[in-house]
Amino acid sequence: MQPFINHTGVVASLDRANVDTDQIIPKQFLKRIERTGFGQFLFFDWRFLPDGSPNPAFELNQPIVAGASVLLARRNFGCGSSREHAPWALADYGFKVVIAPTFADIFFNNCFQNGMVPIRLAEEDVEELFRRARAAEAAGGPYRLHVDLPSCTVSDDAGFSRPFTVDPFRKRCLLEGLDDIALSLQHVDAIAAWEAAHAAPAGE
Amino acid sequence: MSSTPRTLLDKIWDSHVVCTPPGELPLLYIDRHLVHEVTSPQAFEGLRLAGRPVRRPEATFATPDHNIPTTDRRLPIADPISKQQIDTLRNNCREFGVRLFDLGDADQGIVHVIGPELGITQPGMTIVCGDSHTATHGALGALAFGIGTSEVEHVLATQTLRQAKPKSLELRVEGSLHPGVTAKDLVLYLIGRLSTEGGTGHVIEYTGPCIRRLGMEERMTVCNMSIEAGARAGMIAPDQITFDYLRGRDYAPRNFDRAVAEWERFPGDPDAVFDRVEIFQGGDVVPQVTWGTNPAQVVGIDATVPDPTAFGDPNERESGSRALDYMGLRGGTKIVDIPLDRVFIGSCTNSRIEDLRAAASVVRGYRVAPTVHAMVVPGSGRVKRQAEQEGLDRVFRDAGFEWREAGCSMCLGMNPDTLTPGQRCASTSNRNFEGRQGKGGRTHLVSPAMAAAAAVTGHFTDIRHWLYR
Ligand code: SF4
Repeated sequence: MQPFINHTGVVASLDRANVDTDQIIPKQFLKRIERTGFGQFLFFDWRFLPDGSPNPAFELNQPIVAGASVLLARRNFGCGSSREHAPWALADYGFKVVIAPTFADIFFNNCFQNGMVPIRLAEEDVEELFRRARAAEAAGGPYRLHVDLPSCTVSDDAGFSRPFTVDPFRKRCLLEGLDDIALSLQHVDAIAAWEAAHAAPAGE
Repeated sequence: MSSTPRTLLDKIWDSHVVCTPPGELPLLYIDRHLVHEVTSPQAFEGLRLAGRPVRRPEATFATPDHNIPTTDRRLPIADPISKQQIDTLRNNCREFGVRLFDLGDADQGIVHVIGPELGITQPGMTIVCGDSHTATHGALGALAFGIGTSEVEHVLATQTLRQAKPKSLELRVEGSLHPGVTAKDLVLYLIGRLSTEGGTGHVIEYTGPCIRRLGMEERMTVCNMSIEAGARAGMIAPDQITFDYLRGRDYAPRNFDRAVAEWERFPGDPDAVFDRVEIFQGGDVVPQVTWGTNPAQVVGIDATVPDPTAFGDPNERESGSRALDYMGLRGGTKIVDIPLDRVFIGSCTNSRIEDLRAAASVVRGYRVAPTVHAMVVPGSGRVKRQAEQEGLDRVFRDAGFEWREAGCSMCLGMNPDTLTPGQRCASTSNRNFEGRQGKGGRTHLVSPAMAAAAAVTGHFTDIRHWLYR
């Protein structure tokens, strides 16, 4: 996994609550057996019109957010299915950070596995970011945010700065780009001891 | 062993923590790992690349369910990409020594139907699957939850998972359900009250007399949809109903009485403290119908489609209006006046034998409305055979339903069973998200009996007034 230390990027705002993983990556694209190549299908049913052309009304299709790598969203982002294809699609599209007031649990965990940082901020802070993004875009430029993982802060160039929290273990895995399976296998003796102490469930 | 009173979650959690290395998340031991074709290929590929084996193949069970046709199984799979995914599962299971209930296997079915049905799911266990509806298995008193594909790989390689302990939420349901009101209505009602994120970060334990009275399959329906309230898992403490259900099942413990004696220790201590408690009355629940594009957008059959512009919360206002737009509905329309094009009875929420019995008893002696295309998809090969022995397939076919082979089918429409844009469907599944059953399709979640009645009348109908023949 690529380490994540800090990142500065263009913000794309998705002003909808309860964005489910069926929208992030619709099921017709779950048939692939690879981890890669999902970015082209991200938000497919919203992003493209029935004839396959980009939907000009969809947020990510606005020219001003081209190359966006920070996704700003509303409450309960990533709810529904456990499909890791959702973070794969976001990461493959180029997102490194997702900011929302709340996330669904499985999606939240899945982000870390893919070097992407999900950041929970208070609802009013997210509201403020939406306002700042709108204002920056109205003034003709994209809105950028900086995310610094060692200090756990998200900030912009105009005085916005907020701390966020990440589980210390997840943080270390991100900073060092650790393979957490290798890390867990360091405890293989403890696993074997647990198995020995817990006779296989009765009847096996 | 501490003497602090503990919940069911505490007991299962404590007994499965392998170690908590300093500065790391605990490693939780996983007793059972269920695998299906959609979320596993990349995990097996990861093992292969790293040269790692599956640590406990005998604790791992696989079946194809999401992507398979539900028509004649002797025909080749038409979609080459679906076929590739199913072949990949087959090859992976062979290579890594995992038991596969394959397409031709008499026990194949939706992974969350066959786990309990075969007795693979047992009280006190930790169970995971790369699938959010793994919560279903909590009905037997297990801690069961969905994981992502990277975590699938982690479990395959280590038989453990890195997990922070979730919070506990007691959902206590007092009283009992009125006739005609089912477990599905209860859980939809609860999600409507909790919201789609009300359970986030929590494991729900359903308690109270109303829950205790539910049969095993009804409990599975309730736990199945815990994820729709955002919960990590749902669980119900094991009791005699659980033990009676498991006795004699293929993978149930051979020394069953000894196992029961162990399982009896799992229900939470009487004065155990939950992080949060919510109390509801079973008697308040009426048959439910969703009107929007998430399962919390739900009302009673006797209500009207709400007017989202009147909602206080701006997020709810926005998503409610968007939902009505998508659903082609207007606030104020009576639910019973909504006409339907399709009816789907199936999915891991409601495709077990009791669900089919309930639907068949509504349909018996009636015909499906000429404007409706209706289908029944049993949850497993076993459910299908049992239903056929009871003659339920005849009841459905005589009424004009299609009778299919087991699989996920139109619950998510990864296979050819899909809605066409604009089609409106009464579905016994668990998600009414945009496009879930097919791009542009409109899904209303209901119980099997309500779906059956809607198939006959062509619009939503209050099952409490149904004339059974
Ligand atoms: S029936 Fe539907 S919800 Fe259940 S496992 Fe299959 S696709 Fe998922």
